[in-house]
Amino acid sequence: MDSYALEMEEITKEFPGVKALNRVSFQVKKGEIHALCGENGAGKSTLMKVLSGLYPAGTYEGTIKVNGEIKRFTGIKDAEEAGIAIIYQELALVKQLTIGENIFLGREPRKGLGIDWDTLHFEAKKWLEQVGLPFSPETRIDALGIGQQQLVEIAKALSKNAQILILDEPTAALTESEVATLMNILHELRRRGVTCIYISHKLNEVFAIADSITVLRDGQSIGTRPAAELDEASVISLMVGRTLTDLFPRQQHTPGEVVLELNDFCVYDREQPSKRILHNIHLQLRKGEIVGIAGLMGAGRTELATAIFGGYPGKITGDMRLNGKPVRITTPMEGIRNGIALVSEDRKRYGLVLEQSIKNNISLASLSRLSKGLVVDENEEIRQSNHYVKELMIKTPSIETAVGTLSGGNQQKVVIGKWLLAQPQVLILDEPTRGIDVGAKYEIYNLMNRLVEQGMAILMISSELPEVLGMSDRIYVMREGALAAEFDWREATQEKIMQAATGGR
Amino acid sequence: MKAEVTSEKIIRRKWQLFGNLNVRTYTMIFALLAIWIFFSLLTDTFLTPRNLSNLFIQMSVTAILAIGMVLIIVAGHIDLSVGSIVGVTGGVAAILQVWYGMDTVPVLILTLALGALIGLLQGWIVAYHAVPAFIVTLGGMMVFRGILMGITKGTTVAPMEESFKLIGNAYLPFAVGYGLAALAIVWMIVTALRRRKARIQYGFTVPSMAAEAGKLALFAVLIGLFSFVMNYYKGIPFPILIVVLLGLLFTFIANKTPFGRSIYAIGGNSEAARLSGINIRRNTLMIFVLSGLMSAVAAIVLTSRLDSATISAGQNYELDAIAACVIGGTSLMGGSGTIFGAIIGALVMASLDNGMSLMNLDSFWQYIVKGSILVLAVWVDIRSRQRRA
Repeated sequence: MDSYALEMEEITKEFPGVKALNRVSFQVKKGEIHALCGENGAGKSTLMKVLSGLYPAGTYEGTIKVNGEIKRFTGIKDAEEAGIAIIYQELALVKQLTIGENIFLGREPRKGLGIDWDTLHFEAKKWLEQVGLPFSPETRIDALGIGQQQLVEIAKALSKNAQILILDEPTAALTESEVATLMNILHELRRRGVTCIYISHKLNEVFAIADSITVLRDGQSIGTRPAAELDEASVISLMVGRTLTDLFPRQQHTPGEVVLELNDFCVYDREQPSKRILHNIHLQLRKGEIVGIAGLMGAGRTELATAIFGGYPGKITGDMRLNGKPVRITTPMEGIRNGIALVSEDRKRYGLVLEQSIKNNISLASLSRLSKGLVVDENEEIRQSNHYVKELMIKTPSIETAVGTLSGGNQQKVVIGKWLLAQPQVLILDEPTRGIDVGAKYEIYNLMNRLVEQGMAILMISSELPEVLGMSDRIYVMREGALAAEFDWREATQEKIMQAATGGR
Repeated sequence: MKAEVTSEKIIRRKWQLFGNLNVRTYTMIFALLAIWIFFSLLTDTFLTPRNLSNLFIQMSVTAILAIGMVLIIVAGHIDLSVGSIVGVTGGVAAILQVWYGMDTVPVLILTLALGALIGLLQGWIVAYHAVPAFIVTLGGMMVFRGILMGITKGTTVAPMEESFKLIGNAYLPFAVGYGLAALAIVWMIVTALRRRKARIQYGFTVPSMAAEAGKLALFAVLIGLFSFVMNYYKGIPFPILIVVLLGLLFTFIANKTPFGRSIYAIGGNSEAARLSGINIRRNTLMIFVLSGLMSAVAAIVLTSRLDSATISAGQNYELDAIAACVIGGTSLMGGSGTIFGAIIGALVMASLDNGMSLMNLDSFWQYIVKGSILVLAVWVDIRSRQRRA
């Protein structure tokens, strides 16, 4: 008899008007790493919210059993006591506090009325070792990288005696080497009998680590199989309910004249103006081509994009030309006026006003152009918003819907719509498909092809090498603030790019 | 995802007559009615035309300040100095007229200019030098109060000229009042229907025609009733006309201009606004100029009504204005709030003051009750929002 650490049976969760989960059954064996796959909106998050007690017992139908025992969680605390811990995409650490303080936040060991700091640090150190973090528990969280913070979260969960660990898109913000570290830790945890539920869009990771895979689609469980019986293509077809013949719709582009040209382009740190963070960048972007920029996190790719757009607050030197004419762009306003648009890497922080409507977000970068005199022409605004909702296939009941309620992929499309309305000649996409599902990714790729066909120039930054390889006409690789290599797509391979990005060995 | 969208739609079904009214504003309208019923049961005089007329006049200064304050709070700032700006601009107006014998019109112009200038100074420090608005305006609150004390040498400056006194004390002739009311009703119906037509054309959800007609009828009756009650006493008070006109103007600015949209975007997500090419500094500067300007308008109404400028004029008014905004649904986190809500909030505050004075309660009660209502209003709102989430 297989022993299940977790059994969720016939879970149905309804929201007014819609079934988010429809009799989903989900079983996880003890000590396995179980991947949960599905497009955004398939019900993964809802299922995990049911499991973690965020939706208390009674608001859904079905039963949850942990180690064979029926559980009714009335809150997150109940779930934690049953050994279930969830680690969200957005890390829930207090950046100003130390590692130790974060691990024991709210349950600090006491000595009389005060905190027993010695015990706290001693215990914290123990948990840090478990996840392989060589830091003192007295290090402040903001001194750590994202990947290291993730490990602190895991340490925190383990310290709460978690037996079932849920990781929601844990690698979305991690570099390759951090991903590798995380994978090792998860293998180690599995060896010690910790059960792990792994939610990810990145199928290569799923296959690298998972023992079993469950696919959800449209609120229903499509099936659970051992990972060994599946491959990426079959999982994707289970997820989308159709076979995607090609993940990257490559099209032949015919690059025209040079639109954007950088010569000796240097960018300096905003806090220390003497520190140069981008060194003598020489770059050309032609009409009708997609140029990919690869590189490790921290290589300066985002800084380059922001500086071209005018959004970088530090000092910039060097020569920048648009259509052959020298330009000086120091604010986003000037960038937009010169026909440059930047879809930033973090749409929630830099791209959207979440509580506002799709319409107001789409028009945000074009308000003065949409205005007659001092007044926004609302008819035109509505017409344009409707146009982009249709063109980009944004799934929403109305353009008056608040953007915050949309799924990640649809939010990203709203950001793209905002920038298309600004009618750019150069479109910079910083991680355009981060955290969005396969179907929406494919739509965005198709859109990129269409835009390039219409003569737009696209500069695409991406940490996903297959994406860079699959979509770009040319590829620049950045390393430590400089361009390390340039490839035509036909000659580029993952190995060559990684070699250039890491300095090669 | 879909589920959230649906519930969102229910929540955000708006009353489109006066811009975007949210659930909280409805709650406040009912709370206001409850307060009125409460006071009319406890006193004989609360619901008399004479008292209602006074009540609306009393709320006008707070309402004018609240109208300016909404934009400040929506952008994620705060202006603690408006009470002192009311004091100092009112003082200067009185000094110019009483001590230097200046005519009313140039006094008005100079007063408004001074208010805008003070706003410009504070806004400049906030927007271009990144000093938190809380600090700048807290400092301003003390500085301008001090300047007022200095320039008036601690005396009361009085009396104002008749023409100046009219601003705060005049009433519209009956015919004009009814005329304006009729005009307002027609305008309201025409815009509502035009809007409805446009929304249907764009495939938006609209309330049923019956619901729409019911709403319009309700508002028409309210406007008619209001002008009737006011005319029953002395006519529509001039300060109320100022409040209504400013309310409409600022609602228009907030919803229909790039400036207004930018303010909401800055308050909602300032980084996204900046990267969308919005000039954060200039817009921030502008809201403080407007707030200073509105303080000067309030000062003119106040000085006119009191027929004098005193060193304590406008004291604590910033708190009433902020409370009015918050009660009316403006979020202190920035990003949301309506002018209409703030005016209702001002009316709530004024009703509490007025009703408790009629009951002859000691003035300490007014502080206690108003403070409690403020906290209660936000508490109820947060609870209802959690339940919806």
